[in-house]
Amino acid sequence: MAVMSYAQAACNALASAMRADPAVVALGEDIGRGGIFGQYAGLQQEFGPERVIDAPISEAAIMGAAVGMALTGMKPVVEMRVADFALCAIDEIVNQAAKNRYMFGGQGRVPLVARLPIGIWAASAAQHSQSFEAWFAHIPGLVVVAPATPADNHALLTAALACGDPVIYMEHKMLWGMTGEVDTTATAKLGKAEIVRPGHDVTLVSWSKQVHVALEAAQLAEAKGLSVEVIDLRTLWPWDRATVLGSAARTGRALVTHEAVQAAGFGAEIAATIAEELGIPVKRVGAPRIPVGYAPTLEAAAHVPAARILDALCKLKPC
Amino acid sequence: MNNDKADRLLTLYRTMARIRAFENAAEEASRGCVAAFGSSVTGTASVRGPLHLSTGQEAVAAGVCACLDKSDYLTSTHRGHGHTLAKGADTTAMMGELFGRATGTNHGKGGSMHIADFSVGMLGANGVVAAGIPIAVGAAHSAKIRGSGQIVACFFGDGAINRGPFLEGLNWAKVYELPVLFVCEDNRYSATTATQTMTAGAGAAARAESLGIPAVSVDGNDVLAVHEAAVQLVAEIRAGFGPRLLHAVTYRVKGHVSVDPAAYRDPGEVEAALASDPLRLAATRLAALGIDVAAIDAEAKAEIDAAVAAALAAPYPPPEAAFTDIQDTGAGQWQ
Repeated sequence: MAVMSYAQAACNALASAMRADPAVVALGEDIGRGGIFGQYAGLQQEFGPERVIDAPISEAAIMGAAVGMALTGMKPVVEMRVADFALCAIDEIVNQAAKNRYMFGGQGRVPLVARLPIGIWAASAAQHSQSFEAWFAHIPGLVVVAPATPADNHALLTAALACGDPVIYMEHKMLWGMTGEVDTTATAKLGKAEIVRPGHDVTLVSWSKQVHVALEAAQLAEAKGLSVEVIDLRTLWPWDRATVLGSAARTGRALVTHEAVQAAGFGAEIAATIAEELGIPVKRVGAPRIPVGYAPTLEAAAHVPAARILDALCKLKPC
Repeated sequence: MNNDKADRLLTLYRTMARIRAFENAAEEASRGCVAAFGSSVTGTASVRGPLHLSTGQEAVAAGVCACLDKSDYLTSTHRGHGHTLAKGADTTAMMGELFGRATGTNHGKGGSMHIADFSVGMLGANGVVAAGIPIAVGAAHSAKIRGSGQIVACFFGDGAINRGPFLEGLNWAKVYELPVLFVCEDNRYSATTATQTMTAGAGAAARAESLGIPAVSVDGNDVLAVHEAAVQLVAEIRAGFGPRLLHAVTYRVKGHVSVDPAAYRDPGEVEAALASDPLRLAATRLAALGIDVAAIDAEAKAEIDAAVAAALAAPYPPPEAAFTDIQDTGAGQWQ
């Protein structure tokens, strides 16, 4: 077991996949120099510019070319730099990558992994900070993954590269430097959540960086005598209904928190499902429906801090 | 005209005649197919939904695809029946797809706008203008990485050159010197708008040349001219000289979709276009050589009539097929 950063873990996983399978290639802006977050460090030196392909600033062509590569036998990994820029490639993701297998009657598949880093990136304001996971979870044909730890960034990227479906792989920009123990032989199953803190009073579901905020809130709740079970969803589509519903059935109360805007966020889907299936009290805590502002005071208003989660927990079970 | 050339013209004419027969039959089967342009849905159409016909544009598909090997790739547009047929797809399976039947190339999941036949390298028509361009570039990049020797023919219309993926895709193809032939099939209309009124500069060839991609413009209704130009460009691409663009000027004889009477056009313009119909031009040349095309036309019509009959007799896909070919990860989780 080695200590790695979240970025190094992904780099390690991609390098292993590229060594094992010549069909795996990476393409994106600036990746020949390691990518702007270092998540491709050393890969072009090892695999050459033919397989670690520097792209022009052409998001539509990057994603579209990846679709063409995937349809003709390759397994491209696409770097979008930040999820916000992937909006320049939305046709290629939604109308092409997600649809081709189905609309061509199964004649072709699109085994690509599109990396769309999400989340508020300190002082980066409205166009470099968004969390779009609900958009992609809404689209049939796409797998949506959001790892919260270095270990998961290794295991889930490895699983994404092997799954054969188009995957929207959403790393969090504030986690790149996070370090942790990574077992490079560990495997993960897409669609499988993890109970990262057991508890018996309330089920608290989250993903990506917000898992760490949820754990902080659970710690604060414990001091008030509330036992919170925290679930890291890890994959948004398919999402692990069994683990979430099983936990919620045990605790009898559920809260979902995410960094994305609360209105029409994926938390609504989970909360509604729990309410429909179990008829228990549910709540959501997401960001207000405002753009992320630049000034520290404005940026703070777009965050979903542990204190807000704690408030919601205490409304579900007075504490 | 020497014998080789006459044989080639005859072969190209046969392809064009098959496309024309296919489009005529599809048009007939589409009457009342969609509510647009003042037309309403009658519920009796076998080809449902929007149908984009390439009638009058057959020379471009026939002339270009005759230069391709079966293993080469092709990407197409919403007006893609001709390209698909010329690339070698089976007309029975194609018609089955237009009729939405389980026997169709896409098992009824795509229809006219998404027709594809991977068995002949046809990677799909596309419902989004210019969207096939980056996909073609990616297929060419893949062929280059794999060293497969395949090339890609990428068809798009004159309207596509005003979309961003045209610039992004052509730039990429040139930067990486990819084996792709861009074919701008210029039918002069972007849906119901004359493209010229909405396009700055000198058009597709000039835009390609501005990126260092050699381009050739040709009369897109002269099938021999299209073919000769494509032969030369394809030879250069196969020799490793990178992307090329062919700008073939033709005319969209029908409306944007089959129910569009295209009344926004000058009747004189249409009349002039019909006078240079690509089949008529080729038939006249063949007649001068003592070759009558009537038998070829009859043979093409018989082939397509049989395809229509087979499509009508074929079943729709079962409802459960709506839940297959989507994604394996999480298959079965529909809510």
